[in-house]
Amino acid sequence: MTQTVTNPTGAAFDRDPLLEQILGPTPGQMLRRRVLGHQGLLIGGAVIALLALMAIFAPLIAPHDPFAQSLMNRMEPPVFLGGSWEHPLGTDHLGRDYLSRLIYGARVSLLIGVVAAVISGVIGTTMGVAAGYFGGRVDAVVTFLINVRLAMPVVLVALAVVAILGGSLTVVTTVVGLLLWDRFAVVMRASTRQVRAREYVAAARAVGASTPRILLTEIMPNIANNLIVVVTLEMAHAILIEAALSFLGLGVQPPTPSWGLMVSEGKTMMLFEPWLVLIPGAVLFTLVLAINLMGDGLRDVTAPENRN
Amino acid sequence: MTSPLLSVRNLKVDIPSGSGTLHPVRGIDFDLHRGEVLCVVGESGSGKSLTSLSLMGLLGRTLERSADRMEFDGINLLGASGRQMRKLRGARMAMIFQEPMTSLNPVYTIGDQLIEALLLHRRMPRAQARARAVELLEKVGITAAASRLGQYPHQLSGGLRQRVMIAMALMCEPQMIIADEPTTALDVTIQAQILRLLYDLVREMDMAMILITHDLGVVARVADKVAVMYAGELVETGTVAEVFDQPLHPYTRGLLDCIPQPGKTGRGEPLGTIPGIVPSLVGQVDGCVFRTRCTQAGPACLGPIPRRSRDGHLFRCVHTDGYAPAETKAI
Amino acid sequence: MINFVLRRLGLALLVSLTVSFLSFMLIFLSGDPAVAIAGEGASMADIEAVRSQYGFDRPILVQYFAWLGQAVQGNFGNSYYFNLPVTDLVADRLSVTVKLGLCGMGFALITAIPLGVIAAMRPNSIVDRTALLFSVVGQAIPSFWFGLILIVVFAVQLRWLPASGTDSWKNFVMPTIVLGYYAMPAIMRLTRAGMLDVLNSDFIRTARAKGSSELRVMFKHGLRNAIIPVVSLAAVQMGFMLGGSIVVESIFALNGAGYLAWESIARNDLPTVQALILIFSMFYIVFTLIADVLNACLDPRMRSS
Repeated sequence: MTQTVTNPTGAAFDRDPLLEQILGPTPGQMLRRRVLGHQGLLIGGAVIALLALMAIFAPLIAPHDPFAQSLMNRMEPPVFLGGSWEHPLGTDHLGRDYLSRLIYGARVSLLIGVVAAVISGVIGTTMGVAAGYFGGRVDAVVTFLINVRLAMPVVLVALAVVAILGGSLTVVTTVVGLLLWDRFAVVMRASTRQVRAREYVAAARAVGASTPRILLTEIMPNIANNLIVVVTLEMAHAILIEAALSFLGLGVQPPTPSWGLMVSEGKTMMLFEPWLVLIPGAVLFTLVLAINLMGDGLRDVTAPENRN
Repeated sequence: MTSPLLSVRNLKVDIPSGSGTLHPVRGIDFDLHRGEVLCVVGESGSGKSLTSLSLMGLLGRTLERSADRMEFDGINLLGASGRQMRKLRGARMAMIFQEPMTSLNPVYTIGDQLIEALLLHRRMPRAQARARAVELLEKVGITAAASRLGQYPHQLSGGLRQRVMIAMALMCEPQMIIADEPTTALDVTIQAQILRLLYDLVREMDMAMILITHDLGVVARVADKVAVMYAGELVETGTVAEVFDQPLHPYTRGLLDCIPQPGKTGRGEPLGTIPGIVPSLVGQVDGCVFRTRCTQAGPACLGPIPRRSRDGHLFRCVHTDGYAPAETKAI
Repeated sequence: MINFVLRRLGLALLVSLTVSFLSFMLIFLSGDPAVAIAGEGASMADIEAVRSQYGFDRPILVQYFAWLGQAVQGNFGNSYYFNLPVTDLVADRLSVTVKLGLCGMGFALITAIPLGVIAAMRPNSIVDRTALLFSVVGQAIPSFWFGLILIVVFAVQLRWLPASGTDSWKNFVMPTIVLGYYAMPAIMRLTRAGMLDVLNSDFIRTARAKGSSELRVMFKHGLRNAIIPVVSLAAVQMGFMLGGSIVVESIFALNGAGYLAWESIARNDLPTVQALILIFSMFYIVFTLIADVLNACLDPRMRSS
């Protein structure tokens, strides 16, 4: 489309370069350009997608049954350390295929990450939005609860509660989810307060919109980008806590293939076969790194003015 | 005629960026004599602030400054080291900024900030520096000056803070003050007071001042000389009488049409406007920078625009006929 | 100012009370604590005896205040497992954990603040990118895995440092690095962000216009402002670090309170767990209280309001 550029005073030039400079890209184009130009976001997203596919299609991809023991083939080295392609990443101390356990382990980590982030997200967002929107006494109560929650040592409490209730995947996920709502509450409270003070919220109230309607159509869309960033950060947090609990032997119980548990099981053999510890730890690190990269990237892309 | 205090030739500021280099200041020339007040006028984004920052050597790291000459009191500012510039700043050239609310450090007292420049540039006991601070606070019209020294910026109003900023600039009795829209952020009544104060002090202490403003009324009252800036160029420079009574550049005429004049502007008669916006500053501009908004624009405006002169009254426009091209001598 | 400190103190007290109630309630999470203490195969009469001996037959609030009254005096009851007063057990171990926490925080601050400042002075430079890489890795690396790698490299391969124990300062080097690296990214990022913010502010330009040297601008005018939020963060991180010492201490077999927590949790030794949760929480509460008061002193705007 050719743009006819006219001098506002009427004196027209054909395609004056000075006037053409004034026209720039649309906001949508700028967002797309930021996404495609953000390496961290792209790399993080790709790694997460890959690991998620791995978790979903684990039964199709895994070369062996992750629970099948074979005491004859214990601690076979990975293929790059002289092992065979039968077990590309070797076998563990019970002769279970390490690659298959790793693939199934992605299910545990991702499940915990997603479900715990959803639980804590619902709790924390509700509290934070309520505190930020209603202020006053509601805010005082929520702020107090946040303070109480922050004072409790997460790993210790999670460990104690899981130890008492028994370390099933459900218990670990629920406990972690119930403990990690603090950042949601803090961030959502702050963002809601900010948005609430804007003119368009006052305008909505002035035309008689109900409180739920304002919360849903005015507040939520404007704090959603911050929410997404916190979701990713807390997913990573939950995954790390599960791994730590399982590593300490008080989280997910054997024989469930959890990456933290695999590190823990490999620990005793670490001085002879360091790869038993290195491989699951490296995968865990990669997943958490990817999630954090994506979170940082989302923050950069959706709120470029807040970039630090 | 004595040599000027500040002499600038072909000053340029460039901002390299991903989508092409920006040229917010495109080769400007001017001289400032001792004790003279030069007002730089122009709309937002015309490069006024960057010009003043480049004189002080305070441009950001990503900005590039170049010039054919930049001399202050015989010192070549272009070749000056960081150390030499630091010795000049605050001591012999001082600056007053637009935003009094944020230009003071929130965590230090007024007193500490006032005496900082003095202690940096002159060896003197703290007590003596504080006495000087009190003296200057009184001079800028702050009551109970001694007790103000222990106060923090947030305890003062905007007008008071700007008075403090003025006192701070005067601490070492500089030869030149650059005031970058010093009253823009203040209430209208305070604006007049602060400007009057600044003007009186500059005259009293016989300093030179570059006052950046877009208030033409102020210019008419305080300036010795005027420089009209548009899109990074000085489109017209001259004495107040020359520029205001016989504006030679269409942009200056447009600016002057925007203000009502008692006796001239009739009741209900619309004020002038300049349509359009300042062009983007990416890339070099061939021809006149004002042509996209100029009522007289024509094909000739796309060609090179020589700087022309009438008895030291300089302008850049092809349309006002009958004047000779300028020599390379400014103002 | 005094009002602020008093209000803040009141809040801290209220939070402590709530946390103490929550940690007290832990023993009821498992169902009937008397059954748990009496052990498997105990008869009804045994359980009843335990119930009245420990006072579990009283209303919960009465039990709570009785427990709290003792706890305030430093008596957390006897450990089920070690059969020793919990207070003695914890006191014995706490010094190691506190030492480790201080070392870790010291390490984090010494690395994070200069890195953050330099990164902010030259955004997008090599230093900035390296610092960012360090912080991104630090936020993602599981501390237990990082600890194990350090052991393999420095204790086993290079034989520079002992892998476990508490005999000398050498034992604290690797735990300090692991714990400090956990807190370092957040502090680094906040310092960098704060400095970037401050360095773009008008008063920095004022300082330069006065002829201040770059160092003076950075530290006297810049860092002095940017450090205020870092103080709060460091306090919070310090609390988190002590809570996180459980992982680090168990990797390096450091005989501290974190290790004790792991032992007592694994052995269902609830009085010890309760006491440790409360003590770690109290550390956090006290640290953040100190930080808030310190902040009020550092920031004149807060001091006078």
